Amino acid sequence: EERKEAGRAPPADKQARRAARAAAEWSGAPAQREWERQRQQVQKPSLCPVNRPRELQQFHRLSLKASLPTAEANSRPAPSGNGCPGNGCRFTSVASEAEGLLGRLAMAEHGPYLPHEPGYGLYQPGYGLFDDQTPDPDHRMLACQNAKAYLLQSSLTSGLNLYDHLVNVLTKILDERPANPVDIFENISKDVKAAQFQKKMDTLRDEHEILPSFESAEIRRNLFFKSDAGDEEREEELGEIPLPNVMETAFYFEQGGIGLSRDETYLIFLALKKLVSVQPIQTCRFWGRILGREKNYIIAEVQFREGEEEEETEEEEVIDEGDKRMDEVEDEDEEKEKNEPPKSTYKPPPVIPKEENGTGANKHVYFVCNEPGEPWVKLPPVTPAQIVCARKIKKFFTGRLDAPIVSFPPFPGNEANYLRAQIARISAGTHVSPLGYYRFSEEEGDEDEEGGGGRDDYEENPDFEPLSAFEMVESLSTWVHHVPSILKQGRCVWFNPLQKTEEEEGEEEEEEKDEVPDELQQETGPPLLTPLSEDEGIQNIPAWTVSLSTRLIPQYAVAILRSNRWPGAYAFACGTKFGNIYFGWGHKYSLGNHTPALPPPVQPEYPNGPEIREAADPTVEEELAFKAAQEQKALEGMEGEEEEEEEEFEEDEEEEEEDD
Amino acid sequence: MEPAALPTALQLAASGDTGLSLEKRAALGASLLLLQRDYRFERVWFWGCIQGVRGTYYIAQGLGPDLAAPRSRLYSLNCVEWSLLPPATVEMVEQAALLKGLFQGDPSFEYEYAEVNAEDDERFLEDGKELTIKEENRLVATIEQIDRAVGIIPRRAFMKTPLGSVHENRNFEGLSLTEAKKLSSYFHFTEPVNLKNKTLLEKADLDPSTDFLDSLEHDVPQGSWTVQFEKGGTVVVLRSLLWLGLTFYHVPMTKQYGYIYCGTGFIHLAHVQHFLRY
Repeated sequence: EERKEAGRAPPADKQARRAARAAAEWSGAPAQREWERQRQQVQKPSLCPVNRPRELQQFHRLSLKASLPTAEANSRPAPSGNGCPGNGCRFTSVASEAEGLLGRLAMAEHGPYLPHEPGYGLYQPGYGLFDDQTPDPDHRMLACQNAKAYLLQSSLTSGLNLYDHLVNVLTKILDERPANPVDIFENISKDVKAAQFQKKMDTLRDEHEILPSFESAEIRRNLFFKSDAGDEEREEELGEIPLPNVMETAFYFEQGGIGLSRDETYLIFLALKKLVSVQPIQTCRFWGRILGREKNYIIAEVQFREGEEEEETEEEEVIDEGDKRMDEVEDEDEEKEKNEPPKSTYKPPPVIPKEENGTGANKHVYFVCNEPGEPWVKLPPVTPAQIVCARKIKKFFTGRLDAPIVSFPPFPGNEANYLRAQIARISAGTHVSPLGYYRFSEEEGDEDEEGGGGRDDYEENPDFEPLSAFEMVESLSTWVHHVPSILKQGRCVWFNPLQKTEEEEGEEEEEEKDEVPDELQQETGPPLLTPLSEDEGIQNIPAWTVSLSTRLIPQYAVAILRSNRWPGAYAFACGTKFGNIYFGWGHKYSLGNHTPALPPPVQPEYPNGPEIREAADPTVEEELAFKAAQEQKALEGMEGEEEEEEEEFEEDEEEEEEDD
Repeated sequence: MEPAALPTALQLAASGDTGLSLEKRAALGASLLLLQRDYRFERVWFWGCIQGVRGTYYIAQGLGPDLAAPRSRLYSLNCVEWSLLPPATVEMVEQAALLKGLFQGDPSFEYEYAEVNAEDDERFLEDGKELTIKEENRLVATIEQIDRAVGIIPRRAFMKTPLGSVHENRNFEGLSLTEAKKLSSYFHFTEPVNLKNKTLLEKADLDPSTDFLDSLEHDVPQGSWTVQFEKGGTVVVLRSLLWLGLTFYHVPMTKQYGYIYCGTGFIHLAHVQHFLRY
């Protein structure tokens, strides 16, 4: 309503005619359309009820809409001010233009119905304009007002009336001028209706919706606050921060099309900085991102400063000792009670101990979080049993570290352990560096060790001369693994489970005699710093795919390496810089589909031999036949030799007795 | 997704390993527009890439005014020069299903059928010659399968006119946050299969102009879609666990949506139930 009073510029006559023509088209029947046009030309003044103030007041009195404020009637002076020039209706406001259209529309639909009503003949096809008597303008006016009154009738359910609604819709259309309004007319109508109800004068106010994205935004914003003064002192002491330049690495990966968007990477960068400020870390690296079903994991690879490792190892030792004591107590109890059922002779395979923190598969410590900004959670060190089991199962991560892993063979641990195992496998399989970047540190005595673990230590080579990207791409021998591969046992350094420690020898002396220990062959893997050209592929597919980031500008190209064994593992090398990263689901590539391990066959209860095999008892016939055969033998013997009759007879008797 | 929206789309849909280097992205922006001009497509979508051993195929789709009409697909090895792919036939799909292993990266490579399956050799050797499958055909079949299986759009984004053609819905303002979490607000953009099986009560609630496709709710196997809110809850990202590599993104309450496939072109079919159960 307010907009109608806004005093718009008088629309051009052409617009009015165009609008009128549109209105005419709405009414449908061609005869009526023509009639409309003719009516327009001939009898314009009488067709504008709103422009006649006298009619207006009469009209509003007739209106059933009580809520229409009378102020409205007074506030429409403008249109009537101009009057109605002879050659065309001129409306001064868009609203009244709309109303005029409606009026005409109403006229077409709700005119004279019965033959005796004037103007009836004009609706019938075939009747010309001057055939009948000229219709009485007052009657026409009455019909028009009836129509408008009907339109102004407010709905009992919603309180709207069609007239105002159509006015609003047309106003909106004429304001916004969308393309093809007729196609979206219903939607505009719905929008207008919806807009009606937004200004509620309710005392109840809608509670502001707190979206979950607000909380995440809060967490992310906290990343940007600088830490307090205590850390600043530490920063001044340390010349170098253990934090790598994540953005620089991300830049090189971006050249190859790998990596998250830049703002995500920056947030991860800040999250790593937070981690570094909280934990005593020597080196830190963004390892990658593993996708999960509900949430994803962002993983950081970290090495603690020497001597600052957590106290977890002590706790584990305490637990072990406690268990041993329990075992001894139980043994004593069992010896006292002799009614116990026989102990099973099953000996579980020896538990292979995990590698020490800081060596082998546990060289690095990993921290994970779901979103940058959330607190980092440390993953427990990995045990060989977990790696061996992880090789047999294939599970998607859910995103919650405490989720159980239900699988066959049963995984010893929950999702945190499975994640750690997969990280260990991926690192061992895909962490590579350019040839010569690392070299073995010169230490003596390494080669004398049993187990032949080879050299474990490597250090950065200060004499590293980088190859050009083109050379890096040409052959795979320019790249080497710098993480020791994991043996079948689940460790990087082979452990002989048959080496019994002093403590255990006493308990197992008796049992040693029973068993024949199998000799385990020492497992060896490829030594450290082996080039990638020795990696096995899967069937016809090589293990790695190399590419240059750009072929057009080879001087600045970055060599990108993509693993086919672990889809999602990438490495880049450019000049003296290199990096590894993982973006994926955390699974190895398998050619066919993954078939889970079948359960083992049912264990037999006892060995099956002929001594326990049941044979059917001989039947009576068989026994008689056997006896008959024996008697025949005896008779033959007696007929043969007389000298031996007695002996044979005795023997026969004996035999017969035995048979009985 | 639209080439104009490609930079933002890749940011939002990035699972990290799209393999689209900056150079290719820049090239795509230009070459896709030229494709539109040359082939007179009404719109061009960048479909994604399929990674092979020696190279990667970049795929684009061209659409006419009717979005439900068969789409033309083009491939390129460097995002600059594009070649049209032949339309997919049922035969191609069948043959391609027998092949295993990654794509080679060379479109003229021919897989020898004899390597694949000795039992079926008898069937096919009746012709007297050994069948070979071209990598191009395998590519076509794979793209068709992926589109049919996991090409999705948000509900009410497309509208069906009474004449049967499908158009973009101009009144689509985006899904709300609650709707975006549900799988039933996303549709497969292919011939509907389950629509007729719905009960009358369900059908009564549907709006035939916008609900003419299958929703993701009843996909088999259950749980093959992950719905996540990324970037602090502002973008909803759907990933398929069946066709690893398909990512669909949508910013709720806006018109931005799209999907991209970046992977090796394999369905992880059998035993999906096994590792999806939890």
